[in-house]
Amino acid sequence: MIAQPFQYEAPATLQDAIGLLQKYGDEAKILAGGHSLIPMMKLRFATPGYLIDINNIPGLSSIQEENGFIRIGALVREAEVEHSALLTGHYPIFADSTRLIADPQVRNMGTIGGNLAHGDAANDHPAVMLALRARVVATGPKGSRTIAIDDFFQGFYTTALEPEEILTEIQIPIPPGHTGSAYYKLERKVGDYAIAGVAVVLTLDGNLVKSIGIGLTNVNPVPMRASRSEEFLLGKPLTDENLAQAGKLAAEDCSPSTDLRGSEEYKRDMVAVVLRRMVKLAAERAK
Amino acid sequence: MKINVTVNGTAHEVEVEARTLLVHMIREILNLTGTHIGCDTSSCGACTILLNGKSVKSCTVLAVQANGKSITTIEGLATAEGLHPLQEGFKENHGLHCGFCTPGMILRASELLANNPNPTEEQIRWGISGNLCRCTGYNNIVKSIQYAAAKMRGDALPSTEPVFV
Ligand SMILES: Cc1cc2nc3c(=O)[nH]c(=O)nc-3n(C[C@H](O)[C@H](O)[C@H](O)COP(=O)(O)OP(=O)(O)OC[C@H]3O[C@@H](n4cnc5c(N)ncnc54)[C@H](O)[C@@H]3O)c2cc1C
Ligand code: FES
Ligand code: FES
Repeated sequence: MIAQPFQYEAPATLQDAIGLLQKYGDEAKILAGGHSLIPMMKLRFATPGYLIDINNIPGLSSIQEENGFIRIGALVREAEVEHSALLTGHYPIFADSTRLIADPQVRNMGTIGGNLAHGDAANDHPAVMLALRARVVATGPKGSRTIAIDDFFQGFYTTALEPEEILTEIQIPIPPGHTGSAYYKLERKVGDYAIAGVAVVLTLDGNLVKSIGIGLTNVNPVPMRASRSEEFLLGKPLTDENLAQAGKLAAEDCSPSTDLRGSEEYKRDMVAVVLRRMVKLAAERAK
Repeated sequence: MKINVTVNGTAHEVEVEARTLLVHMIREILNLTGTHIGCDTSSCGACTILLNGKSVKSCTVLAVQANGKSITTIEGLATAEGLHPLQEGFKENHGLHCGFCTPGMILRASELLANNPNPTEEQIRWGISGNLCRCTGYNNIVKSIQYAAAKMRGDALPSTEPVFV
């Protein structure tokens, strides 16, 4: 399958890339790893007239710790996230989630910025970033702005990015002590998109939940925070009854559709099961 | 568009359309047909090549994305001294039947061994999880990679006798 013809540009600076986005407007698409976009172009679900390849732009590929945040450049590949001691050391959730994303070849190309900017609720990093309460930095003609992750995913394949903006960085707070994190997705085969996935990041105060973030994968049209489950668990001990109730709330609040991966009912049940297990695992890791 | 690529050590200037897939450039312009097309949807791994040393599925990469980079295909592995240890491993251990998946398997395994010269069986199986084989049942592929890993480390070679499981 071959994409519809398009013009290819590979600007060497962020300013040039933004200039091209301004010039070509809606006709242009950014190319990062290409592992969501190229398949869509081959199927002609996406038919951009201009492809702006941002891979030659320097400074978007590092992972650094600065001022209480880990800063991840948009072009950092999934394989680099998987093997980053800085990221997986602070947050094992990165090791859990990246190894479940597709396969090693896809992870060599796919970028963390593209995984979020695609705005696909089936992707795994949106839920992880919701759980981590990350911030996204977008750079456009007027400079950079920071977007809270809760404001980033706005609809089906729709994000807060303006057409002239490039996602340049993701910022994650360095965790306080007694923080644990975990991710699991149920899948039909290795590397498939999730039947249901749950990301959990929590901080404990003794036995009690001091703070918690829970994100859900592929059980809602838009990447979703399990807000009622989070609120319910805050300040409570992680007893089996409390975990069951938190799972039940998320199962009620999400909105999965019946498809080849399973029925709506099955997916709701699996959200409850995986949520319970991931909260438990995150809590073990927090000790 | 004109792009410059180094393929198996030789520099080429190639004329491609922006939409030309890397796998088509390799097979149809450079006539290196050892790289196969299976699914054409980044699922099977038959089209795996090395791009600057990293294994990628060339059916999901544009040729223009390889501009200025180096490419290794299965044709680039053997040297004047003979087969690459992975090629030898697959040959000695019945690591292939029809051979359709083999070039992709070998290139993927070559990056795996470059990153991890002494992988466990589990790590090998995870490492080739993006490559499908419809013939072998994978056990002999794992054995082939273990054989190559031992050879590349300079260790004693494991037995090539068939294992019945
Ligand atoms: C076989 C296969 C299996 C997969 N399985 C999974 C899976 O299990 N889990 C999972 O999470 N993902 C999966 N993916 C998707 C993969 O992780 C993609 O790489 C990722 O979703 C997109 O990242 P990319 O860098 O390839 O983005 P691209 O494909 O280059 O871009 C995707 C979209 O985001 C836009 N974009 C990209 N970067 C930016 C930026 N910096 N600023 C603004 N806009 C930008 C592009 O314009 C495009 O619209 C799979 C892909 C394949 C091919
Ligand atoms: S042909 Fe490229 S992955 Fe199957
Ligand atoms: S040997 Fe036939 S597909 Fe692997």
